[in-house]
Amino acid sequence: MTDFYHIGKKASRPDGPDKAAGKALYIHDLERPGMLYGKIKFSDHPHARIKRIDTSRAEKLIGVRAVITAANTPEIRFGFLRDNFALKKDKVRHYRDEIAAVAAIDPETAEEAVELIEVEYEPLPGVFCPHEAMKEGSPLIHESDPQGRPRTDNLIPLKFHHESGDLEAGKRTAKYVAEGEYSTPMVQQCCLGTAGCIAEFDMSNNLTIWAKTQIPFLAQRDFNRALSDMGLPGKNTRVIVPTLGGAFGSGLDTHAYEYIAILLAFRTGRPVKIVYTRTEEFANLSPRQSSITKIIQGCDQNGKLTFREVEVLQDNGAYTSWGATYPSVMMMPATSLYRVPNVYFNARLVYTNNTFCQAMRGYGNPEHTWALESNMDELAEEAGIDPFDFRMLNRNQPNETTPMGLKVSTCGLKECLETVARKLDWKKKRKKGKRSGVGMASLIHVGGGGRIYRSDASGLILKLDDFGNVNVFHGGVEMGQGLHSVLTLAVAEALGVRPEQVIINPTDTGTCPWDVGTHASRGAFMACNAAILAANKLRSKIFELAEEFFPRETEQNLKKYREKNPGYKPPKFDVMKAARRDRFELHDGFIFIKDSPQEPWLRLELGRLLRAVHFRTQGQMLTTEVFYDPPNELPDFEKGLGNISATYAFGTQGAEVEVDTETGEVKILRMVAAHDVGKVLNPLALKGQIYGALAQGLGYALYEELQSQQGKIMNPNFRDYKIPSVCDMNFPIDLEFIETDDSYGPFGAKGVAEPGLVPTAPAIANAIYDAVGVRIRDLPITPEKILAALKKIK
Amino acid sequence: MKTEISFILNGSEVRVAVEGHHRLIDVLRGPLRQTGTKEGCGEGECGSCTVIIDGRAVNSCLYPALEVEGKSVTTIEGLQGPKNELSVLQKSFVEEGAIQCGFCTPGMIMSAKALLDSNPAPSEDDIRNALQGNLCRCTGYVQIIQAVKKAARQLKGRR
Repeated sequence: MTDFYHIGKKASRPDGPDKAAGKALYIHDLERPGMLYGKIKFSDHPHARIKRIDTSRAEKLIGVRAVITAANTPEIRFGFLRDNFALKKDKVRHYRDEIAAVAAIDPETAEEAVELIEVEYEPLPGVFCPHEAMKEGSPLIHESDPQGRPRTDNLIPLKFHHESGDLEAGKRTAKYVAEGEYSTPMVQQCCLGTAGCIAEFDMSNNLTIWAKTQIPFLAQRDFNRALSDMGLPGKNTRVIVPTLGGAFGSGLDTHAYEYIAILLAFRTGRPVKIVYTRTEEFANLSPRQSSITKIIQGCDQNGKLTFREVEVLQDNGAYTSWGATYPSVMMMPATSLYRVPNVYFNARLVYTNNTFCQAMRGYGNPEHTWALESNMDELAEEAGIDPFDFRMLNRNQPNETTPMGLKVSTCGLKECLETVARKLDWKKKRKKGKRSGVGMASLIHVGGGGRIYRSDASGLILKLDDFGNVNVFHGGVEMGQGLHSVLTLAVAEALGVRPEQVIINPTDTGTCPWDVGTHASRGAFMACNAAILAANKLRSKIFELAEEFFPRETEQNLKKYREKNPGYKPPKFDVMKAARRDRFELHDGFIFIKDSPQEPWLRLELGRLLRAVHFRTQGQMLTTEVFYDPPNELPDFEKGLGNISATYAFGTQGAEVEVDTETGEVKILRMVAAHDVGKVLNPLALKGQIYGALAQGLGYALYEELQSQQGKIMNPNFRDYKIPSVCDMNFPIDLEFIETDDSYGPFGAKGVAEPGLVPTAPAIANAIYDAVGVRIRDLPITPEKILAALKKIK
Repeated sequence: MKTEISFILNGSEVRVAVEGHHRLIDVLRGPLRQTGTKEGCGEGECGSCTVIIDGRAVNSCLYPALEVEGKSVTTIEGLQGPKNELSVLQKSFVEEGAIQCGFCTPGMIMSAKALLDSNPAPSEDDIRNALQGNLCRCTGYVQIIQAVKKAARQLKGRR
C-alpha cells in the first residue's frame, strides 16, 4: 500500500472550531431582512373529506400577512410517484396532511393564527395495518393515481423482484431449513437540529431557498418544477445548504413544508421561514418505514446455503417518498450477503393512513439484515453448526459476482468475521454463559456510490488563488458525518498542499457543480475520487507552467540566498535542463524537481508561481473542474439485476450481552465491530461514523419505536421516544478496520457511513438467544418481549 | 407587559425587556442574539440549550427569563479566550472527534464545563452523570467522553 502524507492520519474536522464555539449557523440561526414566520395547519383526522376550511378569523389577526389553502394557491404536486400535494384540497389521508398555512411577523402570531383556522371534515374509515390495507374492500387511500386513473387497491405500483437459479431445486437439495417472519418498527432519524427552511424570491421571481437537504440539485429540479406549477416557468431556484444539525436520510426528499414556505414567500413577497418544533418533527417528518420480512433459507448437509426465499411487506403510509424504494437496497443483502445460488425476492409496499415514510441511514438494509442475520443463526442451529463457522463457510469472497450481478471487487468479510470471533473470545464464550451470551451479524452495503438515479455523478471544482490556497466547490452535503474533513485531506494529499491551504466552500447550487446527493454512503467515495481527478488535472497545468517559471523564480531565490549566505557555492545542477513537466513534484505547497539537490532555494512556493502566472501579460488563473461518474449500473429493479455500486463494503459486528431473566432487561457488556473500509481516510472521522451508527443500531435493537395508534403518533418527544443517552452507551466498543485497498476507491477507500448501523440489531438478538435461549423476531427487543418469550419456554 | 431585567451575561451586565412567558433561551437567542445556545426540543429533554447559571448547568428552555434577574449566566459564547481562541475544553472536543453535526455541542460543552469547574478530576461515571441530560444522535458519545477526560487532564496540568 502507498504511503500517504495526510490520508490515514488523525485530523480534526475543519468546521470543528466554529461548531465548538457556537458560531456555526444552522437554519434555526439564519434570518433575512423582513423575514416572516410560517406555520402549518395539519389535519385533525387520519382519513377524511375536507368539507369546508374557514380562515377568516386567522386572516384578521394582527400581524398575519398571508393565509393560504389549496383553494387560493396553485396546485403543487410532489413525492416519488407525485401522489402528494403541498396543500390538500378535498381529502386528508393522514394526520400530518397540510390543510392551510400562515405567514406572520413572529412565530407566536403564526401559531395563534393557525389555531384560528376552522376545518370541517367528513371522517372516512381508515386503514392502519398493511395486511388490512391489502384486503379486498379495504378503504382506498388514493381513489385515483396521479394521472387521474381510478385505483382499485392500496398496493403501490412499484415492482421489486428477483429470481435467480432454481428455487425448487435449491429446496430439494436442502437438508436443513429455517423459516421465520421478522419485523421492524418505524423509527425516527431524530436529528438534534429539527427540519426547516427559508424561502425568498427576488424581483425577477427567482427563488433562493436555504434548505435542510442532502440533495441540493434534485431539490433544485423539484423546486423549479413547483415554480412552473405556480405560473413561473423558466424561473430558477438556488438551493443553499446551511450547517445541518444531522440528517440521516431525512434530507433525501423535498418536503411539503418547503413548498409551503415557497408559496407563502411568493404570496407575501417576503422571505418566509418555517422550522419544525420537536413535536412537529416527530409527528410530521417522515420516519424510517416499518417492515415485515418472511424468509426461508436452506443449506445442505455440509452447511452450504442452497436457497433463500424472501417476501417483504412494507407499510408505506399515505404518500410516497424516495423511501418507497427501500426494497431496491433490501435486494442487495437478500441476493448477495453470503453465497447463495438460488434466490427469490419480492417486495410489496402498501398505502395506509399512517404517517408516510422516507429514507433513514441504511435505507432498507438494516431491516433486511435484521431478518437475514437472525435467520442465519436459526439455520445454523438447525444444521448443528456454530454460527461463526456457518458464516465462514458461506462467506462472500473477493472478485465474485453475486446473483444480483453485484461485482464484488475486494472483500474483507473473512477477516471481519475472524476479527469479531477473536475479539469476542467466541469459542470460549459461546453457549457458556449463565444468562450472558455472544452473537454476531455481518453486512454488505454499497461502498462505491449507489446508482438509484440516472446519474450517480459528482462534480468538483478546484480554484487556486494568488496565495496558494485551494478553494473547493463540491455539491455533496456535510451533515455532520465528516465529508469536508476527508475532502480536505484528499485535496491536500492529491494536489500536494497543506490541509490548511484547502478551503471547502458552502454547498450552493449557484456555485457548486452537480451532485446527485449525499446518500448511500457515497459522499466520501465520490468527493475524494473527484478530488483526485481534479488534482491530477491541476498538477499537470501547474507543472506545465513551471517549465517556464521555475528556472526564472529559483534563479531569484538563489540570488537572495547568496546575499544572505556570502561564499555559498551552489551544487552543480542544471535547473533549465531539469525543469521538465514530468520531473516536477508538488508537496506541502512547494514545487520542486524530483531528485534535485536538497537546497532551500530550489523550492518554489506554489503561491509565487500562481502570482507570476496571474500578473504577466495575458495572465491566467488556475481553476479546474471534473465530473466523476463511477463505474456502476442502474439496476433493473423489476428483475433485481445490476451492479449498483462500484465496490461493496463488508463488515461484521458482535455483541456480548447479559439478560436479567427477572426483568427482561438486556445489558450490553461490549460490542466489537470489524469493517472492510478499503482504506482508512481519517481515523477520527471514521471511528465517529461507526460509533454513531452503532449507537443508532443499539436504539433500533432495544427501544426505539415510533408508536402510532389509528395513525396518530403517540410519542412525539424524547421523553416517550427514547434514543441512546451517554448512560446507555456505557460499554466498551472495540473497532477494527480491515484495509482491502480497493482499486475503485479513492486512496483505496470504500464508503462506510451506514454500515455501523446495519448488523447491530441482529448481533444483539443473536447474543440474547445465546444467553437465554429466546429468539425475538420483532424489533425493538423490549424487556416485555423477552419476559413473554421466557415464560413460553419455561 | 414587558419587564426589564438585568443580569450578567458572559461577564458583562445586560439589560433586556422580557415578557412573563419568555424563557431564558428566548431572550438569549432573540434580543441578545446569542445563537450559540441551541433549542433541540423545548422540553428539557435533549440538553442542547444548556447554559451555566451561577455555576450550575441549566436547560435554558425551561428557565423563566424573569428568574435570571441578578444572576450570572455563561453561554458557549463566553468560553472563547481574548484572542479569538477556543478554551481547553472546546479544543479538546475538536481534537478528539467529539463533534459531528455540532448541534448538541454547545450544550454538551456547557454541561462538561459545569462538571469540570466543580470537579476537576471526574471519574468516567461522573462524566456520564453530568452529560446524561445531553442527547447526541451522531457520535455515540465515545469521543465526547474522551474529550472531557482529556480536557480534565490538561486543565489539571495547568493548575
